[in-house]
Amino acid sequence: MPDISRAEVRHLADLARIDLSDAELDHLAPQLGVILDSIASIAQVAAEDIPPTSHAIALTNVFREDVVGECLSAEQALSGAPKQEQQRFLVPRILGDEQ
Amino acid sequence: MSQLIRRTAAELADALAAGETTSVELTQAHLDRIGKIDGSADGRGIHAFLHVDAEGALAAAAAADERRAAGTPASALDGVPIAVKDVLATQGLPTTCGSKILEGWVPPYDATVVARLRQAGLPILGKTNMDEFAMGSSTEHSAYGPTRNPWDLSRIPGGSGGGSAAAVASFEAPLALGTDTGGSIRQPGAVTGTVGVKPTYGGVSRYGLVAMANSLDQVGPVTRSVLDSALLHEIIGGHDPRDSTSIDQPLPPLVESARQGAAGDLSGVRIGVVKELTGEGYQAGVQQRFDEAIALLVDAGAEVVEVSCPHFVHALATYYLIMPSEASSNLARFDAMRYGLRVGPAGVADPSAEQVMRASREAGFGDEVKRRIILGTYALSSGYYDAYYGQAQKVRTLISRDFEAAFGKVDVLASPTAPTTAFPIGDKIEDPLAMYLNDIATIPANLAGTPGISIPAGLAPEDGLPVGLQLLAPALADDRLYRVGAAAETLLEKQWGGPLLAQAPSLESSTAEEIR
Amino acid sequence: MSETLVPFDEALSKFDPAMGLEVHVELNTATKMFCGCPTEFGAEPNTQTCPTCLGLPGSMPVVNGKAVESAIRIGLALNCSIAPWCRFARKNYFYPDMPKNFQTSQYDEPICFDGWTDVQFENAAGETETFHVEIERAHMEEDTGKSLHVGGSTGRIQGADHSLVDYNRAGIPLIEIVTRPIVGARENAPLVARAYVAYLREIILSLGVSDARMEQGSMRCDVNLSLAPRGSGALGTRTETKNVNSLRSVERAARYEVTRQAAVLSGGGSVLQETRHWHEDTGVTTSGREKSDADDYRYFPEPDLVPVAPPPEWVEELRASLPEDPRQKRTRLQAEWGYTDLEMRDVVAAGAVTLIEETIAAGTSAQAARKWWLSELARRANEQGVELAELPITTGQVARIQALVDEGSINDKLARQVFDGVLAGEGSPDEVVATRGLAIVSDDGALGEAVDRAIAANPGVAEKIRAGKVAAAGALIGAVMKDMRGQADAGRVRELILEKLS
Repeated sequence: MPDISRAEVRHLADLARIDLSDAELDHLAPQLGVILDSIASIAQVAAEDIPPTSHAIALTNVFREDVVGECLSAEQALSGAPKQEQQRFLVPRILGDEQ
Repeated sequence: MSQLIRRTAAELADALAAGETTSVELTQAHLDRIGKIDGSADGRGIHAFLHVDAEGALAAAAAADERRAAGTPASALDGVPIAVKDVLATQGLPTTCGSKILEGWVPPYDATVVARLRQAGLPILGKTNMDEFAMGSSTEHSAYGPTRNPWDLSRIPGGSGGGSAAAVASFEAPLALGTDTGGSIRQPGAVTGTVGVKPTYGGVSRYGLVAMANSLDQVGPVTRSVLDSALLHEIIGGHDPRDSTSIDQPLPPLVESARQGAAGDLSGVRIGVVKELTGEGYQAGVQQRFDEAIALLVDAGAEVVEVSCPHFVHALATYYLIMPSEASSNLARFDAMRYGLRVGPAGVADPSAEQVMRASREAGFGDEVKRRIILGTYALSSGYYDAYYGQAQKVRTLISRDFEAAFGKVDVLASPTAPTTAFPIGDKIEDPLAMYLNDIATIPANLAGTPGISIPAGLAPEDGLPVGLQLLAPALADDRLYRVGAAAETLLEKQWGGPLLAQAPSLESSTAEEIR
Repeated sequence: MSETLVPFDEALSKFDPAMGLEVHVELNTATKMFCGCPTEFGAEPNTQTCPTCLGLPGSMPVVNGKAVESAIRIGLALNCSIAPWCRFARKNYFYPDMPKNFQTSQYDEPICFDGWTDVQFENAAGETETFHVEIERAHMEEDTGKSLHVGGSTGRIQGADHSLVDYNRAGIPLIEIVTRPIVGARENAPLVARAYVAYLREIILSLGVSDARMEQGSMRCDVNLSLAPRGSGALGTRTETKNVNSLRSVERAARYEVTRQAAVLSGGGSVLQETRHWHEDTGVTTSGREKSDADDYRYFPEPDLVPVAPPPEWVEELRASLPEDPRQKRTRLQAEWGYTDLEMRDVVAAGAVTLIEETIAAGTSAQAARKWWLSELARRANEQGVELAELPITTGQVARIQALVDEGSINDKLARQVFDGVLAGEGSPDEVVATRGLAIVSDDGALGEAVDRAIAANPGVAEKIRAGKVAAAGALIGAVMKDMRGQADAGRVRELILEKLS
């Protein structure tokens, strides 16, 4: 019977980069608990040996040729940018390390 | 002239070909209709549209007229206007997905299906309302206000594609494009008395469809007749090299099947009524109309048996694990860095990128979206993956096998499309689980990738609201849906003395305020 | 903050190092991994993007078949098994240079796995040793965009005001090659690390799938290292060191981490599992973010892509057409070039095999090629602290300079000045010769006059020569060469002197 704590919801919201308010956390945790409850039923349904389906229709090896296609212009690429500078996307300071 | 907007797309195409009307006239008539009854979110209009592009539509209409005049129509539906669900990228037109996080975003490219519409000459009237990021069954989760059911303005039009269904049901457009991940075309079709089709997975390109659940989503037609759906399906469907999951085979003959089926002869057709998709949980009037429709099909020569798909009872749970998982990942890109809403946390002078991301997503996403993102993040978490997402993918296999077994015995499956008729706006909004139950009959087909259609089956006696008949076929056998669907439509309309929508309340009145 | 270190040898007496090397190779395909955008280096920012590599809502990936082929060839060259069926997976995390906030990669189904390669290196005693390195996997993934950090004092991310992101690089195909833990190398661990990366680079170059230039980022190496008590057979807590941008850095970073971790452990502390940053200028690693598994990547199979199932015939075709193994090739080249073992070893150690190959292909003799690369150019590379390949001179230019010597336009001594000029960016060898006026004077008239001047200035020496002491000519030749600022053919000068004084 999975119960999802407020702390766990906060942790998940962190992983998903959403700043949930306290009110939202209070609201969400029980709702999610109810949903998870009803979903938990499937835990016992499928035996070990049933293969998972990740694609409904079986296809393999869909490739394209290594040939240059059309690009967006820089203007188009940047058209949605909240802020831009020097033809680049301006983003606020990134904390932490270089990737 | 108002009679024009009541015709089906096929009839309008004939009228255009016969020179009886022009595309400009037709398009203008629909724009006028929209102007009269669509209203706004705050008003009491239908509010099917989030954006209307009169200029673009009329320009496309003019071009269509030129082609017709020159004797070179671009397609069978050249010049017939259409509305497009706001989840599809339309170059130059705002695409919001019903969300604040994309308010004002104008894509620099067209979805493949939109490009095909343009190539085929259909003027695009505008973008229709939807539950935010296609998450919902009532269109109440749109960040821009709900759409209202033309049959009763106090009720929901279904979701997530309520806007497209309401637009077509209220004669604001003869055609619309919708998308169906768990029933978002078919269920609105059922509750608005229109036709909606979810094609075989991979049958229509998803390039340009803002993904909710990639392994379940499909684009499909929303229309007032089965033939119209077939015509539209043939225009948008087919392989797309930009979509790796699209089927590299020609479509079966859909329009031909619809025309053949319209004769109303179902001899030799075996129909399976899915035991797990009827009975308890289904509104009495819905069940009744469904049973009556089936009886009609038997009269027309069909053989009907009951089939059991035992794992369908787990379909909802399976869906609500797979879909939020994929969606939580798909929606990660909305981080305020490249497009979309950008806000910082209150009271912070120089926020970091991280802080801006968090604040923007908090402000830009609605409740249902947040719920599903958290759910999906949970289901994919290390430690939970096997028990949740991993398990769900296995149950999915079992559901597919149920379909295979059933189709070994029958040609098509049948069920009511949705368990209830349209419920009042606000009724289920606080109860997510109750809301999810609306998709109980439509979800299995998305999980298996098989096609489905909903056609009007009548009005429920207790509330006078539309009921949908759902037909399901094996993957790649979309033509069967059109054949059997067209036959059922012919038989039912004969009973009613015309299309079901002829019984819908009129929406135009002398006063702008009171729209009945 | 300077760290305490335990001297390397002492560290090795107490601890056994274990290493893991992760190398990312940027493929040289014409287009990106999942879309048809070009991969040309140096384009204007954000001019090589499309809805797919920009991660625009609604966009979808399509796999570049050539990248799959390159991945398989790399795996085969590393003796890997090729997966008969595998999928792409999403690695979910947030970072502004990642357009989708997930990377499309491979997780538990890499296309290549269970391989190995033997690397050779020279140990402290000068002997050649071979070490067997096991390869866990090689898989396909995509690169991220590139950020410029603005406002800080160092241009680095710490202290920056904001960042400017260019997505031209986002989506370029990467192959990630991961070794199994490398244990038992003991004091040679840093050398093995370097030798592995160097050899891997040779293999990649021989396949022609990447230009594998560490200094340009088309080949990147992360060094994972841990220490365990000597002889325990256990594996300690490891750190991951990034920003290792050259072969030299690989060796130095490994060595440094041994000494640093030994100090931590000897002091009774425990090593923090974290990502560290290598600084080539100061020769230290500094602490980065904690590498916790709280970085839950929530991997799941990429639903927009279908499985990759390379047909066995195709794999065998690729296997059959693999190029010669670099080590075998070296043996062959040594014979062709007529180098001694020692000479060849020096060439390999200097990373000059391909450079010499190309220089010879441009027309130079094997001996001349070796002479220039291993003496003149190696000296300069050392002075500047760069690898030979990083010097701003091409193999074609080196060949041209030798050609100028061969044809008598310049001599060896002048050639050194030409090298100076080319390396300083003054232009091509011919241009440098012209601008600096380095051409040998072959005009007998001018030479003759210079000889006359030298004779006149050195009557005593001239007398000796007239008397038959031909050896004395050397001093006069020297005088003439000085007069001519070296721009004379010494042989001709000698002839003229003897002519005039006979």
